[in-house]
Amino acid sequence: MSEQEPYMEEEQEPSSARLILTLGIAGFISGLILVSVYLYTKPIIEKNKAEALKAAIFEVLPNTSTYQALGLMEDGLQVLGEAEDAPEWVIYEGFNGEGERTGFALPGAEPGYQDIISALIGYDGSDERIIGFKVLESKETPGLGDKIYKDEAFQLNFKALGTDPNVAVVKKGEKSKDNEVEAITGATISSNAIGRLINGSLEQWKSPIRAYLIRVRDSSGTPQEPAATRSTADSPTTSTEGGGGHAQSNNHAL
Amino acid sequence: MNTKLEIQDGAAAQEFIKGLWKENPVFVAVLGMCPALAVTNSGINGLAMGLATTFVLISSSVLVSLLRNAIPKQVRITAYIVIIATFVTVIDFLLAAFFPDIHKELGAFIALIVVNCLILGRQESFASKNSVGLAVMDAAGMSFGFTFALLCIGLIREVLGSGSIFGFGLFGEGFEPWIVMILPPGGFFALGFLLLGFNWYAQRKKAMA
Amino acid sequence: MNELIWIFISALLVNNFTLSLFLGLCPFLGVTQRLETAFRLGLANIFVMVITAIASYVLNTWVLIYAPYLRLISFIIVIASTVQFVEMAIKKLSPDLFKALGIFLPLITTNCAILGLALFSTNKGYGFMEGIVYALGAGGGVTLALVLLAGIREETKILNIPKIVEGTALNLIIAGIVSMAFMGFAGLFANAA
Repeated sequence: MSEQEPYMEEEQEPSSARLILTLGIAGFISGLILVSVYLYTKPIIEKNKAEALKAAIFEVLPNTSTYQALGLMEDGLQVLGEAEDAPEWVIYEGFNGEGERTGFALPGAEPGYQDIISALIGYDGSDERIIGFKVLESKETPGLGDKIYKDEAFQLNFKALGTDPNVAVVKKGEKSKDNEVEAITGATISSNAIGRLINGSLEQWKSPIRAYLIRVRDSSGTPQEPAATRSTADSPTTSTEGGGGHAQSNNHAL
Repeated sequence: MNTKLEIQDGAAAQEFIKGLWKENPVFVAVLGMCPALAVTNSGINGLAMGLATTFVLISSSVLVSLLRNAIPKQVRITAYIVIIATFVTVIDFLLAAFFPDIHKELGAFIALIVVNCLILGRQESFASKNSVGLAVMDAAGMSFGFTFALLCIGLIREVLGSGSIFGFGLFGEGFEPWIVMILPPGGFFALGFLLLGFNWYAQRKKAMA
Repeated sequence: MNELIWIFISALLVNNFTLSLFLGLCPFLGVTQRLETAFRLGLANIFVMVITAIASYVLNTWVLIYAPYLRLISFIIVIASTVQFVEMAIKKLSPDLFKALGIFLPLITTNCAILGLALFSTNKGYGFMEGIVYALGAGGGVTLALVLLAGIREETKILNIPKIVEGTALNLIIAGIVSMAFMGFAGLFANAA
């Protein structure tokens, strides 16, 4: 034992620099591995995410073939360019093959039975109707609450759902008005959560979308036209008009 | 002393087999419970988590074993954690890139492989003291044992809880699934009763001998 | 405000870290022999979780936007060193508190509940206040689970239990039953809202 102690001391003394060096080398190697894997997988991961989003948008907005992101700025909804930093609130505007608007995809989230349910809502801005609905994430009880995305009959509620003055959830078989959703038997809380989710999202987006539609229509004769040219030449014009705000773009059109 | 001799005898196959059965990390040593229960609500999820853990355990064992003489004792744990966290991040990115569905299903539990005591435990008690070849055999045995256990738990929960195996329906319409088995309590029950079975088997064997 | 209450209740009861996310199972199964120990361990957990929430928020906001691939490594290292630093500080400033929590702090640092908290709260995009409330709820939830299980286990000690059930198997089955009871909390907040 007494022989071992000085030996230990000896080993500890010079190692102080070695400790830092070893950890430095370990950190360097792991950094090297991480950065290369990160750079290699990043484009693929981003492509996956974009494709998942695209699939969800196409699902809630029937007949859609292209879409663009709209961000809620201080002066209303604005088309987002590729490079721009996305603002906190973003929705998606879909167009069909002819460049006609198919509707808007609105995100929404609400506490459900177990945890937050997040979903994408397909919304027809001109009719002010809901035309599609997709749950993106939920941990609702399998077999009961998960019917909000597994039950076909429940999905039918969202093919053409009125939103005036808001969406109401009623018991199964008691639907009498076009703004009513029939709840799932045995999963009332999850169904109600969906109702609240839709209403919360509409409350936020209904009027910005109204304003946006008026602005788009006024600034360019027919509603179809901006859609067709949006991806190329139209975006600078939109942003300059947007800078002046709603009232100014009206004047401009006059 | 005895164990050391055995290892030097080069019984590499033995290192592999012990992890599968005699020292099974889940059923015998009860390590790595968090991933073993959290994501095993179906066979495929259990398998995916098991394979992700296998990748991390084998890669870090190789690296730790290679560096075993270069890493000073005082900073070894930190170095192991850095190595393990690196490989976990790598598998996290790879899964997100090539198996986005599985990545979404397992979520944050992939990152939590870092704190699976099984992995750090093998580095400390085996890889840091043995040659690369033996370390790989040990890591492979342990991780296949772990994967096997997760697959068992996952399949039991899936068969009882959803009435299917790997997503294929088993029993037809008449079967009312035990939903509780794919919910959190089912994880506790499945492993609890499996351990019960093992205890019973061990005791019977002892009684027979 | 409502949001904060929901986050707290959700982490405390509905999505209890230990009973429904299986985080922090090692101490749950290992240390919960006595009620007193379990309670202290729980308190230490809350303490470390709040520090973790602050550390992970700072990291996530100012460092990780530039280097997302360092997320896991930096979380682990920063959490471990912060806790060690705080441990030293407590030892100096309040020996009483150190005596109550001391031995558990290093044990907890490598606990998956702590890293889980950092990962979940950054995944959910929680801000500073939300993060702290989430940590309090999650820590409270772990404490609750530890205390409940320890209480039941103290009772089982005086019972005549078949030999094959003893040990981990029994603990897991008890945990399963408690977890089932906690499922009753689901929908708690959805109903009230």
